[in-house]
Amino acid sequence: MIPRDRHATDSRLARLFVAPVIVIVGFTAIVPIASTAWAALHQRDLRLPWLGRPFIGLGNFIEAIGDRRVGEAVLHTLAFTAITVPIELLLGLAVALLMQHVHRGRAVVRASALLPWAIPTVVAALVWRLVFDNIGAALGFEWFSSPRAAWVPIVVADVWKTTPFVAVLLLAGLQTIDPELYDSARLDGASSLRQLFTITLPLLAPTMIVSAAFRTLDALRIFDLPYVMTGGGPGTATEPLSLYAFIALMERLRFGYGSALSISVFALTFLVALAFVGSLGRATYVEQS
Amino acid sequence: MSRLLAALLIALLLGPIVWMLAASVLPENEIFSGAPVHGLTSASLDHYRALFDERGFLLPIRNSLIVAGLTTLIALPCATLCAYALARLPMRGKGLFLALLLAVSMFPQISVVAPLFLVLRASGLIDTYPGLVLPYVTFTMPLAVWLLTGFFRQLPRDLEDAAMIDGASRLRVIRDVVLPLAAPGLASTAILMFLYCWNEFLFALSFTFGPDHQTVPVAIALFRGRYQIAWGEVLAGAAVATLPVVIVVLAFQRRIVAGLTSGAIKG
Repeated sequence: MIPRDRHATDSRLARLFVAPVIVIVGFTAIVPIASTAWAALHQRDLRLPWLGRPFIGLGNFIEAIGDRRVGEAVLHTLAFTAITVPIELLLGLAVALLMQHVHRGRAVVRASALLPWAIPTVVAALVWRLVFDNIGAALGFEWFSSPRAAWVPIVVADVWKTTPFVAVLLLAGLQTIDPELYDSARLDGASSLRQLFTITLPLLAPTMIVSAAFRTLDALRIFDLPYVMTGGGPGTATEPLSLYAFIALMERLRFGYGSALSISVFALTFLVALAFVGSLGRATYVEQS
Repeated sequence: MSRLLAALLIALLLGPIVWMLAASVLPENEIFSGAPVHGLTSASLDHYRALFDERGFLLPIRNSLIVAGLTTLIALPCATLCAYALARLPMRGKGLFLALLLAVSMFPQISVVAPLFLVLRASGLIDTYPGLVLPYVTFTMPLAVWLLTGFFRQLPRDLEDAAMIDGASRLRVIRDVVLPLAAPGLASTAILMFLYCWNEFLFALSFTFGPDHQTVPVAIALFRGRYQIAWGEVLAGAAVATLPVVIVVLAFQRRIVAGLTSGAIKG
Protein backbone atom coordinates (compact mmCIF):
# COMPACT_ATOMS: atom_id res chain seq x y z
CA MET A 1 0.00 0.00 0.00
CA ILE A 2 1.13 3.51 -0.73
CA PRO A 3 0.87 5.81 2.29
CA ARG A 4 -1.27 8.94 2.17
CA ASP A 5 1.55 11.54 2.31
CA ARG A 6 3.17 9.74 -0.60
CA HIS A 7 -0.06 10.25 -2.55
CA ALA A 8 0.17 14.01 -1.99
CA THR A 9 3.82 14.08 -3.11
CA ASP A 10 2.93 12.01 -6.16
CA SER A 11 0.14 14.38 -7.16
CA ARG A 12 2.52 17.30 -6.95
CA LEU A 13 5.11 15.38 -8.94
CA ALA A 14 2.51 14.52 -11.60
CA ARG A 15 1.66 18.19 -12.09
CA LEU A 16 5.36 19.01 -12.33
CA PHE A 17 5.94 16.25 -14.91
CA VAL A 18 3.02 17.23 -17.11
CA ALA A 19 3.67 20.98 -16.99
CA PRO A 20 6.42 21.21 -19.65
CA VAL A 21 4.30 19.38 -22.22
CA ILE A 22 1.27 21.56 -21.47
CA VAL A 23 3.37 24.72 -21.81
CA ILE A 24 5.07 23.65 -25.06
CA VAL A 25 2.00 22.22 -26.77
CA GLY A 26 -0.15 25.07 -25.51
CA PHE A 27 2.10 27.82 -26.79
CA THR A 28 3.09 26.29 -30.12
CA ALA A 29 -0.11 24.46 -31.10
CA ILE A 30 -3.23 25.60 -29.24
CA VAL A 31 -2.46 29.33 -29.11
CA PRO A 32 -1.41 29.42 -32.80
CA ILE A 33 -4.62 27.68 -33.90
CA ALA A 34 -6.63 30.23 -31.98
CA SER A 35 -4.65 33.11 -33.45
CA THR A 36 -5.07 31.72 -36.98
CA ALA A 37 -8.82 31.71 -36.41
CA TRP A 38 -8.59 35.28 -35.12
CA ALA A 39 -6.36 36.42 -38.00
CA ALA A 40 -8.87 34.94 -40.45
CA LEU A 41 -11.34 37.60 -39.31
CA HIS A 42 -8.95 40.43 -40.14
CA GLN A 43 -7.49 41.95 -43.23
CA ARG A 44 -3.73 41.77 -43.11
CA ASP A 45 -1.22 42.02 -45.91
CA LEU A 46 2.45 41.91 -44.92
CA ARG A 47 3.33 43.71 -48.15
CA LEU A 48 0.90 46.54 -47.41
CA PRO A 49 1.58 47.12 -43.70
CA TRP A 50 0.22 50.69 -43.80
CA LEU A 51 -3.28 49.29 -44.25
CA GLY A 52 -3.11 47.97 -40.68
CA ARG A 53 -5.19 45.01 -39.56
CA PRO A 54 -8.83 46.07 -39.72
CA PHE A 55 -11.42 43.60 -38.45
CA ILE A 56 -13.54 42.50 -41.39
CA GLY A 57 -15.62 39.73 -39.84
CA LEU A 58 -16.31 36.99 -42.35
CA GLY A 59 -14.95 39.10 -45.22
CA ASN A 60 -12.10 36.70 -45.97
CA PHE A 61 -14.45 33.73 -46.04
CA ILE A 62 -16.87 35.55 -48.32
CA GLU A 63 -13.97 36.34 -50.65
CA ALA A 64 -12.93 32.67 -50.48
CA ILE A 65 -16.40 31.49 -51.51
CA GLY A 66 -16.23 33.78 -54.53
CA ASP A 67 -12.67 32.66 -55.38
CA ARG A 68 -12.91 29.99 -58.06
CA ARG A 69 -9.43 28.77 -57.21
CA VAL A 70 -10.62 27.94 -53.65
CA GLY A 71 -13.56 25.90 -54.92
CA GLU A 72 -11.29 23.95 -57.22
CA ALA A 73 -8.69 23.43 -54.47
CA VAL A 74 -11.39 22.07 -52.13
CA LEU A 75 -12.63 19.79 -54.89
CA HIS A 76 -9.06 18.58 -55.57
CA THR A 77 -8.50 17.88 -51.88
CA LEU A 78 -11.76 15.95 -51.45
CA ALA A 79 -11.31 13.99 -54.69
CA PHE A 80 -7.74 13.10 -53.82
CA THR A 81 -8.87 11.86 -50.40
CA ALA A 82 -11.84 9.93 -51.78
CA ILE A 83 -9.65 8.19 -54.36
CA THR A 84 -6.50 7.42 -52.38
CA VAL A 85 -7.89 6.35 -48.99
CA PRO A 86 -10.07 3.44 -50.26
CA ILE A 87 -7.26 2.24 -52.54
CA GLU A 88 -4.79 2.37 -49.67
CA LEU A 89 -7.12 0.51 -47.29
CA LEU A 90 -7.94 -2.26 -49.77
CA LEU A 91 -4.36 -2.70 -50.95
CA GLY A 92 -3.16 -2.40 -47.36
CA LEU A 93 -5.53 -5.19 -46.31
CA ALA A 94 -4.32 -7.38 -49.17
CA VAL A 95 -0.68 -6.72 -48.28
CA ALA A 96 -1.34 -7.38 -44.59
CA LEU A 97 -3.02 -10.73 -45.38
CA LEU A 98 -0.10 -11.59 -47.64
CA MET A 99 2.45 -10.65 -44.98
CA GLN A 100 0.63 -12.84 -42.50
CA HIS A 101 0.91 -15.84 -44.82
CA VAL A 102 4.57 -15.35 -45.66
CA HIS A 103 6.71 -17.02 -43.03
CA ARG A 104 10.11 -17.32 -44.63
CA GLY A 105 11.50 -13.89 -45.32
CA ARG A 106 8.85 -12.00 -43.39
CA ALA A 107 11.53 -9.66 -42.03
CA VAL A 108 12.56 -8.80 -45.59
CA VAL A 109 8.99 -8.02 -46.59
CA ARG A 110 8.47 -5.93 -43.47
CA ALA A 111 11.68 -3.96 -43.94
CA SER A 112 10.80 -3.26 -47.57
CA ALA A 113 7.33 -2.17 -46.50
CA LEU A 114 8.76 0.29 -43.98
CA LEU A 115 11.10 1.94 -46.46
CA PRO A 116 8.58 3.84 -48.61
CA TRP A 117 6.82 5.00 -45.45
CA ALA A 118 10.07 6.10 -43.78
CA ILE A 119 11.74 8.05 -46.59
CA PRO A 120 11.07 11.80 -46.88
CA THR A 121 7.93 12.62 -48.90
CA VAL A 122 10.07 15.01 -50.92
CA VAL A 123 12.23 12.06 -52.00
CA ALA A 124 9.16 9.95 -52.84
CA ALA A 125 7.85 12.80 -54.98
CA LEU A 126 11.12 13.06 -56.90
CA VAL A 127 11.41 9.29 -57.33
CA TRP A 128 7.95 9.04 -58.88
CA ARG A 129 8.50 12.10 -60.99
CA LEU A 130 11.56 10.31 -62.36
CA VAL A 131 9.59 7.10 -62.98
CA PHE A 132 6.68 8.85 -64.69
CA ASP A 133 8.95 11.06 -66.79
CA ASN A 134 10.68 7.89 -67.96
CA ILE A 135 7.38 6.13 -68.71
CA GLY A 136 6.29 9.27 -70.52
CA ALA A 137 9.51 9.35 -72.54
CA ALA A 138 8.94 5.74 -73.60
CA LEU A 139 5.29 6.33 -74.53
CA GLY A 140 5.73 9.79 -75.95
CA PHE A 141 3.31 11.23 -73.38
CA GLU A 142 3.80 14.16 -71.01
CA TRP A 143 2.14 13.26 -67.69
CA PHE A 144 2.84 16.58 -66.08
CA SER A 145 1.43 18.86 -68.73
CA SER A 146 -2.07 17.38 -68.74
CA PRO A 147 -4.39 18.75 -66.02
CA ARG A 148 -5.96 15.35 -65.41
CA ALA A 149 -3.06 12.99 -66.08
CA ALA A 150 -0.83 15.00 -63.71
CA TRP A 151 -2.89 13.60 -60.84
CA VAL A 152 -1.90 10.01 -61.67
CA PRO A 153 1.73 10.30 -60.47
CA ILE A 154 0.59 12.10 -57.32
CA VAL A 155 -1.96 9.40 -56.48
CA VAL A 156 0.48 6.59 -57.31
CA ALA A 157 3.21 8.15 -55.17
CA ASP A 158 0.82 8.57 -52.25
CA VAL A 159 -0.47 4.99 -52.55
CA TRP A 160 3.08 3.67 -52.79
CA LYS A 161 4.24 5.64 -49.77
CA THR A 162 1.34 5.03 -47.40
CA THR A 163 -0.13 1.60 -48.27
CA PRO A 164 2.75 -0.15 -46.47
CA PHE A 165 1.98 1.92 -43.35
CA VAL A 166 -1.66 0.82 -43.50
CA ALA A 167 -0.53 -2.78 -44.03
CA VAL A 168 1.73 -2.70 -40.97
CA LEU A 169 -1.12 -1.37 -38.82
CA LEU A 170 -3.57 -3.94 -40.18
CA LEU A 171 -1.06 -6.79 -39.77
CA ALA A 172 -0.73 -5.91 -36.09
CA GLY A 173 -4.54 -5.97 -35.90
CA LEU A 174 -4.65 -9.38 -37.61
CA GLN A 175 -2.19 -10.77 -35.11
CA THR A 176 -4.50 -9.96 -32.21
CA ILE A 177 -7.23 -12.22 -33.62
CA ASP A 178 -7.41 -15.53 -31.73
CA PRO A 179 -6.25 -18.31 -34.10
CA GLU A 180 -8.66 -20.76 -32.44
CA LEU A 181 -11.51 -18.92 -34.13
CA TYR A 182 -10.11 -19.99 -37.50
CA ASP A 183 -9.53 -23.56 -36.28
CA SER A 184 -13.12 -24.02 -35.23
CA ALA A 185 -14.37 -22.33 -38.43
CA ARG A 186 -12.31 -24.76 -40.46
CA LEU A 187 -13.74 -27.69 -38.47
CA ASP A 188 -17.21 -26.37 -39.32
CA GLY A 189 -16.15 -26.46 -42.98
CA ALA A 190 -16.12 -22.69 -43.60
CA SER A 191 -14.20 -21.69 -46.73
CA SER A 192 -11.32 -19.23 -46.40
CA LEU A 193 -13.42 -16.59 -48.13
CA ARG A 194 -16.15 -17.12 -45.57
CA GLN A 195 -13.60 -16.94 -42.75
CA LEU A 196 -12.41 -13.63 -44.16
CA PHE A 197 -15.91 -12.15 -44.13
CA THR A 198 -17.19 -13.66 -40.87
CA ILE A 199 -14.07 -13.56 -38.68
CA THR A 200 -11.27 -11.41 -40.07
CA LEU A 201 -13.11 -8.35 -41.34
CA PRO A 202 -15.52 -7.86 -38.41
CA LEU A 203 -12.74 -8.26 -35.83
CA LEU A 204 -10.44 -6.03 -37.85
CA ALA A 205 -13.05 -3.27 -38.18
CA PRO A 206 -11.77 -1.05 -35.33
CA THR A 207 -8.20 -1.18 -36.68
CA MET A 208 -9.53 -0.50 -40.19
CA ILE A 209 -11.38 2.56 -38.92
CA VAL A 210 -8.32 3.84 -37.07
CA SER A 211 -6.19 3.37 -40.20
CA ALA A 212 -8.84 5.04 -42.35
CA ALA A 213 -8.92 7.95 -39.92
CA PHE A 214 -5.14 8.39 -39.99
CA ARG A 215 -5.08 8.22 -43.77
CA THR A 216 -8.06 10.53 -44.31
CA LEU A 217 -6.75 13.23 -41.98
CA ASP A 218 -3.37 12.99 -43.69
CA ALA A 219 -4.84 13.12 -47.19
CA LEU A 220 -6.96 16.18 -46.37
CA ARG A 221 -3.85 18.20 -45.55
CA ILE A 222 -1.75 16.92 -48.48
CA PHE A 223 0.98 19.40 -49.33
CA ASP A 224 4.46 17.94 -49.92
CA LEU A 225 3.68 15.68 -52.90
CA PRO A 226 2.00 18.25 -55.18
CA TYR A 227 4.38 21.01 -54.06
CA VAL A 228 7.40 19.00 -55.20
CA MET A 229 5.93 16.95 -58.08
CA THR A 230 3.84 19.49 -59.94
CA GLY A 231 3.98 22.75 -58.01
CA GLY A 232 0.19 22.56 -58.24
CA GLY A 233 0.30 22.67 -62.01
CA PRO A 234 -0.21 22.66 -64.89
CA GLY A 235 -1.79 25.98 -63.95
CA THR A 236 -3.59 25.17 -60.72
CA ALA A 237 -4.90 21.77 -61.86
CA THR A 238 -3.27 19.78 -59.05
CA GLU A 239 -3.46 22.38 -56.30
CA PRO A 240 -4.97 21.17 -53.00
CA LEU A 241 -6.34 23.58 -50.41
CA SER A 242 -3.27 23.52 -48.16
CA LEU A 243 -1.04 24.40 -51.10
CA TYR A 244 -3.23 27.37 -52.06
CA ALA A 245 -3.27 28.44 -48.41
CA PHE A 246 0.53 28.22 -48.37
CA ILE A 247 0.79 30.34 -51.50
CA ALA A 248 -1.61 32.95 -50.10
CA LEU A 249 0.36 33.05 -46.83
CA MET A 250 4.02 32.62 -47.61
CA GLU A 251 4.25 33.81 -51.22
CA ARG A 252 1.61 36.53 -51.47
CA LEU A 253 1.95 37.38 -47.75
CA ARG A 254 -1.83 37.83 -47.45
CA PHE A 255 -1.99 36.69 -43.84
CA GLY A 256 -5.67 37.42 -43.31
CA TYR A 257 -6.93 35.61 -46.40
CA GLY A 258 -4.35 32.82 -46.05
CA SER A 259 -5.41 32.30 -42.43
CA ALA A 260 -9.02 31.95 -43.55
CA LEU A 261 -7.96 29.24 -46.00
CA SER A 262 -5.71 27.41 -43.56
CA ILE A 263 -8.28 27.48 -40.75
CA SER A 264 -10.67 25.92 -43.28
CA VAL A 265 -8.23 23.01 -43.69
CA PHE A 266 -8.28 22.71 -39.90
CA ALA A 267 -12.08 22.82 -39.75
CA LEU A 268 -12.33 20.18 -42.47
CA THR A 269 -10.00 17.76 -40.67
CA PHE A 270 -11.67 18.49 -37.35
CA LEU A 271 -15.13 17.59 -38.66
CA VAL A 272 -13.82 14.41 -40.27
CA ALA A 273 -11.98 13.47 -37.07
CA LEU A 274 -15.21 13.85 -35.08
CA ALA A 275 -17.03 11.62 -37.57
CA PHE A 276 -14.35 8.94 -37.18
CA VAL A 277 -14.45 9.09 -33.39
CA GLY A 278 -18.18 8.52 -33.62
CA SER A 279 -17.90 5.55 -35.98
CA LEU A 280 -15.10 4.04 -33.92
CA GLY A 281 -17.35 4.19 -30.88
CA ARG A 282 -20.06 2.37 -32.83
CA ALA A 283 -17.65 -0.28 -34.18
CA THR A 284 -16.24 -1.19 -30.78
CA TYR A 285 -19.77 -1.21 -29.37
CA VAL A 286 -20.90 -3.69 -32.04
CA GLU A 287 -17.87 -5.84 -31.33
CA GLN A 288 -18.64 -6.02 -27.64
CA SER A 289 -22.35 -6.71 -27.90
CA MET B 1 1.69 -18.48 -54.90
CA SER B 2 2.04 -16.26 -51.87
CA ARG B 3 5.83 -16.36 -52.31
CA LEU B 4 5.45 -15.09 -55.85
CA LEU B 5 3.16 -12.31 -54.67
CA ALA B 6 5.58 -11.43 -51.90
CA ALA B 7 8.41 -11.15 -54.42
CA LEU B 8 6.23 -8.93 -56.61
CA LEU B 9 5.37 -6.80 -53.61
CA ILE B 10 9.02 -6.33 -52.68
CA ALA B 11 9.79 -5.38 -56.27
CA LEU B 12 7.03 -2.75 -56.26
CA LEU B 13 8.13 -1.35 -52.91
CA LEU B 14 11.84 -1.21 -53.61
CA GLY B 15 11.86 -0.82 -57.39
CA PRO B 16 11.44 2.96 -57.46
CA ILE B 17 14.16 3.45 -54.85
CA VAL B 18 16.55 1.19 -56.78
CA TRP B 19 15.65 3.09 -59.95
CA MET B 20 16.54 6.35 -58.21
CA LEU B 21 19.91 4.95 -57.08
CA ALA B 22 20.64 3.64 -60.57
CA ALA B 23 19.66 6.90 -62.27
CA SER B 24 21.75 8.96 -59.86
CA VAL B 25 24.97 7.55 -61.29
CA LEU B 26 23.96 8.09 -64.94
CA PRO B 27 24.99 11.07 -67.03
CA GLU B 28 22.27 13.72 -67.29
CA ASN B 29 21.24 12.83 -70.87
CA GLU B 30 20.61 9.15 -70.04
CA ILE B 31 18.44 9.64 -66.95
CA PHE B 32 15.27 9.96 -69.02
CA SER B 33 16.13 7.54 -71.79
CA GLY B 34 13.26 5.29 -70.65
CA ALA B 35 15.40 2.41 -69.45
CA PRO B 36 17.53 2.93 -66.39
CA VAL B 37 19.90 -0.01 -66.60
CA HIS B 38 21.34 -0.08 -70.08
CA GLY B 39 23.82 2.70 -69.57
CA LEU B 40 25.51 1.45 -66.43
CA THR B 41 28.79 1.35 -68.34
CA SER B 42 28.73 5.14 -68.32
CA ALA B 43 28.04 5.17 -64.58
CA SER B 44 29.98 7.61 -62.47
CA LEU B 45 29.78 9.39 -59.16
CA ASP B 46 30.01 12.80 -60.86
CA HIS B 47 26.63 13.96 -59.54
CA TYR B 48 27.62 13.07 -55.98
CA ARG B 49 30.88 14.94 -56.40
CA ALA B 50 29.02 18.00 -57.73
CA LEU B 51 26.47 17.66 -54.93
CA PHE B 52 29.05 17.97 -52.19
CA ASP B 53 31.68 20.14 -53.88
CA GLU B 54 29.53 22.66 -55.76
CA ARG B 55 26.22 22.57 -53.92
CA GLY B 56 27.69 22.23 -50.45
CA PHE B 57 25.24 19.48 -49.54
CA LEU B 58 27.05 18.76 -46.27
CA LEU B 59 25.46 21.92 -44.84
CA PRO B 60 21.80 20.78 -45.09
CA ILE B 61 22.81 17.34 -43.78
CA ARG B 62 24.45 19.03 -40.80
CA ASN B 63 21.38 21.26 -40.31
CA SER B 64 19.03 18.26 -40.39
CA LEU B 65 21.14 16.33 -37.89
CA ILE B 66 21.40 19.30 -35.51
CA VAL B 67 17.66 20.01 -35.65
CA ALA B 68 16.74 16.34 -35.25
CA GLY B 69 19.23 15.91 -32.42
CA LEU B 70 18.12 19.01 -30.49
CA THR B 71 14.45 18.09 -30.96
CA THR B 72 14.98 14.60 -29.56
CA LEU B 73 17.13 15.93 -26.72
CA ILE B 74 14.36 18.31 -25.62
CA ALA B 75 11.22 16.40 -26.50
CA LEU B 76 12.17 12.94 -25.25
CA PRO B 77 12.77 13.87 -21.57
CA CYS B 78 9.63 16.06 -21.49
CA ALA B 79 7.54 13.31 -23.06
CA THR B 80 9.04 10.67 -20.76
CA LEU B 81 8.16 12.52 -17.54
CA CYS B 82 4.71 13.40 -18.82
CA ALA B 83 4.03 9.82 -19.92
CA TYR B 84 5.22 8.45 -16.59
CA ALA B 85 2.82 10.76 -14.78
CA LEU B 86 -0.02 9.63 -17.03
CA ALA B 87 0.81 5.96 -16.55
CA ARG B 88 1.56 5.82 -12.84
CA LEU B 89 0.86 8.97 -10.84
CA PRO B 90 -2.47 10.15 -9.46
CA MET B 91 -3.93 12.86 -11.71
CA ARG B 92 -7.34 14.00 -12.79
CA GLY B 93 -8.44 14.20 -16.43
CA LYS B 94 -5.86 11.79 -17.86
CA GLY B 95 -8.18 10.55 -20.60
CA LEU B 96 -9.10 14.06 -21.63
CA PHE B 97 -5.44 15.08 -21.69
CA LEU B 98 -4.48 12.13 -23.92
CA ALA B 99 -7.42 12.84 -26.23
CA LEU B 100 -6.34 16.48 -26.51
CA LEU B 101 -2.78 15.44 -27.37
CA LEU B 102 -4.09 13.09 -30.04
CA ALA B 103 -6.13 15.94 -31.48
CA VAL B 104 -3.02 18.14 -31.58
CA SER B 105 -1.12 15.45 -33.47
CA MET B 106 -3.84 15.61 -36.12
CA PHE B 107 -3.52 19.39 -36.54
CA PRO B 108 -2.77 20.24 -40.15
CA GLN B 109 0.57 22.02 -40.01
CA ILE B 110 -0.59 24.59 -42.55
CA SER B 111 -3.10 25.96 -40.02
CA VAL B 112 -0.39 26.99 -37.55
CA VAL B 113 2.25 28.14 -40.04
CA ALA B 114 1.14 31.79 -40.14
CA PRO B 115 1.08 32.57 -36.39
CA LEU B 116 4.25 30.59 -35.78
CA PHE B 117 5.94 32.52 -38.57
CA LEU B 118 4.90 35.85 -37.03
CA VAL B 119 5.96 34.81 -33.51
CA LEU B 120 9.31 33.46 -34.70
CA ARG B 121 9.91 36.60 -36.77
CA ALA B 122 9.04 38.88 -33.87
CA SER B 123 11.43 37.01 -31.56
CA GLY B 124 14.23 36.87 -34.12
CA LEU B 125 14.04 33.09 -34.38
CA ILE B 126 13.13 32.89 -38.06
CA ASP B 127 15.86 31.10 -40.04
CA THR B 128 17.56 29.73 -36.91
CA TYR B 129 17.84 26.24 -35.42
CA PRO B 130 15.59 27.02 -32.43
CA GLY B 131 12.99 28.32 -34.89
CA LEU B 132 12.67 24.82 -36.29
CA VAL B 133 13.28 22.87 -33.10
CA LEU B 134 10.39 24.59 -31.32
CA PRO B 135 7.63 23.48 -33.72
CA TYR B 136 9.26 20.06 -34.13
CA VAL B 137 9.25 19.51 -30.37
CA THR B 138 5.56 20.37 -30.30
CA PHE B 139 4.58 18.16 -33.19
CA THR B 140 6.60 15.12 -32.07
CA MET B 141 5.38 15.44 -28.49
CA PRO B 142 1.84 14.02 -28.78
CA LEU B 143 2.94 10.81 -30.49
CA ALA B 144 5.85 10.43 -28.04
CA VAL B 145 3.62 10.84 -24.99
CA TRP B 146 1.12 8.33 -26.38
CA LEU B 147 3.78 5.74 -27.16
CA LEU B 148 5.61 6.11 -23.86
CA THR B 149 2.42 6.07 -21.79
CA GLY B 150 1.65 2.72 -23.42
CA PHE B 151 5.13 1.40 -22.72
CA PHE B 152 5.08 2.51 -19.08
CA ARG B 153 1.69 0.94 -18.49
CA GLN B 154 3.01 -2.40 -19.71
CA LEU B 155 5.90 -2.41 -17.23
CA PRO B 156 5.36 -4.54 -14.13
CA ARG B 157 4.33 -2.38 -11.18
CA ASP B 158 5.73 -4.78 -8.55
CA LEU B 159 9.33 -3.76 -9.09
CA GLU B 160 8.53 -0.09 -8.56
CA ASP B 161 6.43 -0.83 -5.47
CA ALA B 162 9.18 -3.03 -4.03
CA ALA B 163 11.79 -0.34 -4.53
CA MET B 164 9.55 2.25 -2.88
CA ILE B 165 8.86 0.03 0.11
CA ASP B 166 12.64 -0.24 0.45
CA GLY B 167 12.57 3.53 0.90
CA ALA B 168 13.63 4.74 -2.54
CA SER B 169 12.12 8.07 -3.60
CA ARG B 170 9.87 8.29 -6.67
CA LEU B 171 12.58 10.06 -8.66
CA ARG B 172 15.12 7.41 -7.77
CA VAL B 173 12.67 4.67 -8.76
CA ILE B 174 12.19 6.36 -12.12
CA ARG B 175 15.91 6.67 -12.71
CA ASP B 176 17.05 3.27 -11.47
CA VAL B 177 14.07 1.00 -12.14
CA VAL B 178 11.71 2.47 -14.72
CA LEU B 179 14.05 4.03 -17.27
CA PRO B 180 16.28 0.96 -17.72
CA LEU B 181 13.18 -1.21 -18.23
CA ALA B 182 11.64 1.31 -20.62
CA ALA B 183 14.81 1.66 -22.70
CA PRO B 184 13.33 -0.17 -25.73
CA GLY B 185 10.29 2.09 -25.68
CA LEU B 186 12.46 5.18 -25.40
CA ALA B 187 14.51 3.92 -28.36
CA SER B 188 11.38 3.39 -30.50
CA THR B 189 10.18 6.88 -29.66
CA ALA B 190 13.54 8.48 -30.39
CA ILE B 191 13.70 6.72 -33.76
CA LEU B 192 10.26 7.94 -34.77
CA MET B 193 11.20 11.47 -33.65
CA PHE B 194 14.35 11.37 -35.73
CA LEU B 195 12.41 10.22 -38.81
CA TYR B 196 9.83 13.00 -38.30
CA CYS B 197 12.53 15.69 -38.14
CA TRP B 198 14.55 14.23 -41.01
CA ASN B 199 11.48 14.17 -43.29
CA GLU B 200 9.50 17.26 -42.25
CA PHE B 201 9.02 19.74 -45.09
CA LEU B 202 6.37 22.43 -44.60
CA PHE B 203 7.78 24.07 -41.44
CA ALA B 204 11.34 23.82 -42.72
CA LEU B 205 10.26 25.43 -45.99
CA SER B 206 8.36 28.25 -44.26
CA PHE B 207 10.76 29.07 -41.42
CA THR B 208 14.12 29.08 -43.23
CA PHE B 209 15.23 31.56 -45.87
CA GLY B 210 18.58 30.43 -47.18
CA PRO B 211 20.98 27.49 -47.21
CA ASP B 212 22.36 28.36 -43.74
CA HIS B 213 19.58 26.58 -41.86
CA GLN B 214 17.74 24.68 -44.60
CA THR B 215 17.23 21.01 -43.88
CA VAL B 216 17.76 18.19 -46.38
CA PRO B 217 14.21 17.94 -47.82
CA VAL B 218 14.04 21.69 -48.44
CA ALA B 219 17.49 21.75 -50.00
CA ILE B 220 16.53 18.96 -52.43
CA ALA B 221 13.14 20.43 -53.27
CA LEU B 222 14.65 23.82 -54.05
CA PHE B 223 17.38 22.38 -56.29
CA ARG B 224 14.99 22.63 -59.17
CA GLY B 225 15.72 25.93 -60.79
CA ARG B 226 13.04 27.88 -62.54
CA TYR B 227 13.68 26.51 -66.03
CA GLN B 228 15.93 23.49 -65.82
CA ILE B 229 16.06 20.75 -63.23
CA ALA B 230 19.56 19.43 -62.54
CA TRP B 231 18.17 15.91 -62.26
CA GLY B 232 21.47 14.17 -61.68
CA GLU B 233 22.23 16.21 -58.60
CA VAL B 234 18.62 16.15 -57.41
CA LEU B 235 18.62 12.34 -57.53
CA ALA B 236 22.02 12.13 -55.88
CA GLY B 237 20.68 14.37 -53.11
CA ALA B 238 17.56 12.24 -52.80
CA ALA B 239 19.71 9.12 -52.55
CA VAL B 240 21.83 10.70 -49.82
CA ALA B 241 18.65 11.71 -47.95
CA THR B 242 17.41 8.12 -48.18
CA LEU B 243 20.58 6.49 -46.87
CA PRO B 244 20.16 7.25 -43.13
CA VAL B 245 16.53 6.17 -43.36
CA VAL B 246 17.54 2.83 -44.88
CA ILE B 247 20.06 2.29 -42.09
CA VAL B 248 17.53 3.20 -39.40
CA VAL B 249 14.84 0.95 -40.90
CA LEU B 250 17.16 -2.04 -41.31
CA ALA B 251 18.59 -1.66 -37.83
CA PHE B 252 15.40 -0.92 -35.93
CA GLN B 253 12.51 -2.38 -37.93
CA ARG B 254 11.10 -4.28 -34.96
CA ARG B 255 11.22 -1.21 -32.74
CA ILE B 256 9.55 0.91 -35.42
CA VAL B 257 6.72 -1.56 -35.94
CA ALA B 258 6.23 -1.81 -32.19
CA GLY B 259 6.06 1.97 -31.95
CA LEU B 260 3.74 2.41 -34.92
CA THR B 261 1.26 -0.22 -33.93
CA SER B 262 1.01 0.18 -30.17
CA GLY B 263 -1.08 3.31 -30.50
CA ALA B 264 -3.33 2.18 -33.31
CA ILE B 265 -4.35 -1.21 -32.01
CA LYS B 266 -5.41 -0.08 -28.60
CA GLY B 267 -7.35 2.65 -30.36
